[in-house]
Amino acid sequence: MAEDDRDRPSGDGRDDAELLRVSPTFTHSHAHHRHEPPLYGVMAEFEGPNELVAAARQTYEAGYRRINGYSPYPIEELSEAIGFTHTSLPLIVFIGGLLGGLGGFFMQYWIEVIDYPLNVGGKPFNSWPAFIPITFECTVLVAAFSAVLGMLVLNKLPQPYHPVFNAPNFALATRDRFFLVVEANDPKFDHASVVSLFRNLGAHDVVDVEV
Amino acid sequence: MADEPQKPYMEGPMHSTSPVIDPGLTFASVTDKISSIVLKRKTSLAWFFGFAISFILFQLMLLAITNLVFVGIGLWGVNIPIAWGIDILNFVWWIGIGHAGTLISAILLLLRQRWRTSINRFAEAMTLFAVAQAGMYPIFHLGRPWLAYWLFPYPNTMGIWPQFRSPLMWDVFAVSTYATVSAMFWFVGLIPDFATLRDRARSKPFQMIYGLLAMGWRGSARHWHRYEMAYLLLAGLATPLVLSVHTIVSFDFAVGIVPGWHATVFPPYFVAGAIYAGFAMVLLLTIPLRKFYGLEGFITMRHMHNMAKVMLATGLIVGYGYIMEAFFGWYSGNKYERYMIWNRMHGPYHLYYWSLILCNIVTPQFLWSKKIRSNLVALWIISFIVSIGMWLERFVIVVTSLHRDFLPSSWGMYQPTMWDWSMFVGTIGFFFTLLFLFIRFLPMISIFEMRTILPEAEVEE
Repeated sequence: MAEDDRDRPSGDGRDDAELLRVSPTFTHSHAHHRHEPPLYGVMAEFEGPNELVAAARQTYEAGYRRINGYSPYPIEELSEAIGFTHTSLPLIVFIGGLLGGLGGFFMQYWIEVIDYPLNVGGKPFNSWPAFIPITFECTVLVAAFSAVLGMLVLNKLPQPYHPVFNAPNFALATRDRFFLVVEANDPKFDHASVVSLFRNLGAHDVVDVEV
Repeated sequence: MADEPQKPYMEGPMHSTSPVIDPGLTFASVTDKISSIVLKRKTSLAWFFGFAISFILFQLMLLAITNLVFVGIGLWGVNIPIAWGIDILNFVWWIGIGHAGTLISAILLLLRQRWRTSINRFAEAMTLFAVAQAGMYPIFHLGRPWLAYWLFPYPNTMGIWPQFRSPLMWDVFAVSTYATVSAMFWFVGLIPDFATLRDRARSKPFQMIYGLLAMGWRGSARHWHRYEMAYLLLAGLATPLVLSVHTIVSFDFAVGIVPGWHATVFPPYFVAGAIYAGFAMVLLLTIPLRKFYGLEGFITMRHMHNMAKVMLATGLIVGYGYIMEAFFGWYSGNKYERYMIWNRMHGPYHLYYWSLILCNIVTPQFLWSKKIRSNLVALWIISFIVSIGMWLERFVIVVTSLHRDFLPSSWGMYQPTMWDWSMFVGTIGFFFTLLFLFIRFLPMISIFEMRTILPEAEVEE
């Protein structure tokens, strides 16, 4: 998948534990007070959407890239703030619609012209205007399936387990709380500096999220 | 996770500038209020009562279907020349009702009508359940419903294929696509709310069921971004789809040469009629529901006004359709067309025609008055009359056109039998059974979309 997707426990197919072991930043500053289980990232909790978006923007500006926000409703500014603006979903849907339309039309063409030609009231075998309604329906059907399945696949759903669910207050992410995470496999990740950055950004609560 | 103190819901100024949501609501109170209907509130006696009645009627449908499959469609009043009785008219009626949901969800989303948010989930559910009723009629009308899969093009040992030049085939594709896309649209809209219910449910089985349905949704910004894109694209796809479905249903009639069917006005007139009937049904159901569940803060008078206005506008288009039908009949100079319209007005079924005019053209005129639009009882009664009117419209189109066509020797009369009525009443029971289950187990208002229209959801730049 060409898409920028880091919203999963093990980035790029690598085991996070392994990643953490080889991460020099991590071993240097934290091996002495953090052991098992390994860290997924540091999560900050915010009161409202404004705080979250501002914090996400500043975290991004501070050079962190493996960051993600969690909110109870879609916030356009948030995905912009964490630098996630591109999705190939429209292309997938376009291709799906194209295949649906061509498939729908040529299914009818093949059946009515090649495999089972039937003279109906002297109409031509390829009576294409009569094939348009079904062509249209097939276009919409396949495009809609592409939209739904494409969204689920790109989002890697269904995914029953995710480290962020371990965070104590995270059940409120589907109610009225807003969260920001810097993942431990961020190249710039350093536990103490992320925690202090979050504290300076006015986070309500900062917690470690374990894998 | 203590509940926020509930703020009193606004009763109103009852004019169109009333808000789309009670300004006192917050993220927490919106979430708690809607999810508590599903999770915490004790199931009321009224719910059990309503469900029981619907379920009994649903059994009547099963009985009617069993008997029909066992004996054959001779049980129904249909015969030549009226081979399409109230069974096909009920199909058209139900599928018409099933247009409001997707219209509200998709078209009003693209038109950025924020008020749609509090009624779209419910209207989509209504759409799905209405389409489910509609789909049964043509299948059982086949006579051999166990061979219904012959309608789909699949390679078979008989070496034959469906006839794609027939509007009836178009109908198969239109209705099945519409049902599938509406179901997907509905389910995608529910995913974030399943996650809310998963996180708020207290009992293990409910946590597991909602958790499975939520598929691990966690409100990630990356997920939301793609989700919003998918939802927008689905809305864009569903918009022409919803207009195409009743257009194609109208082709079932308009492509035929029967006087009374063969009219170019049919597609737009059918689509307007579908929206008209759909909004009537949404009003019919939401007026008691919002009262019963105390949802006045979410479904405000603004919604009632807007829906009434949509009903008035589409009612006028439908009225134009009736006038044009009569005009075409006269202006065509064709004696069969002229006889058809004369027969509608003065023939054996003239009572149906004039009741139709009364229900569908005269009644909605009351909606011009702001006072009547603000009166929920009046609005409910008007919606009820319109629903009956739309049923009569299809009766007039299906039955009076078929019963006297070109040759007087092939004229006939049609009388629905007890089994026709059992099936109809039964599908109403099935429809309400599904609706009662829906309002008990799923959030009937989209929680996450309600959060987006709260004042505190605004992000200042």
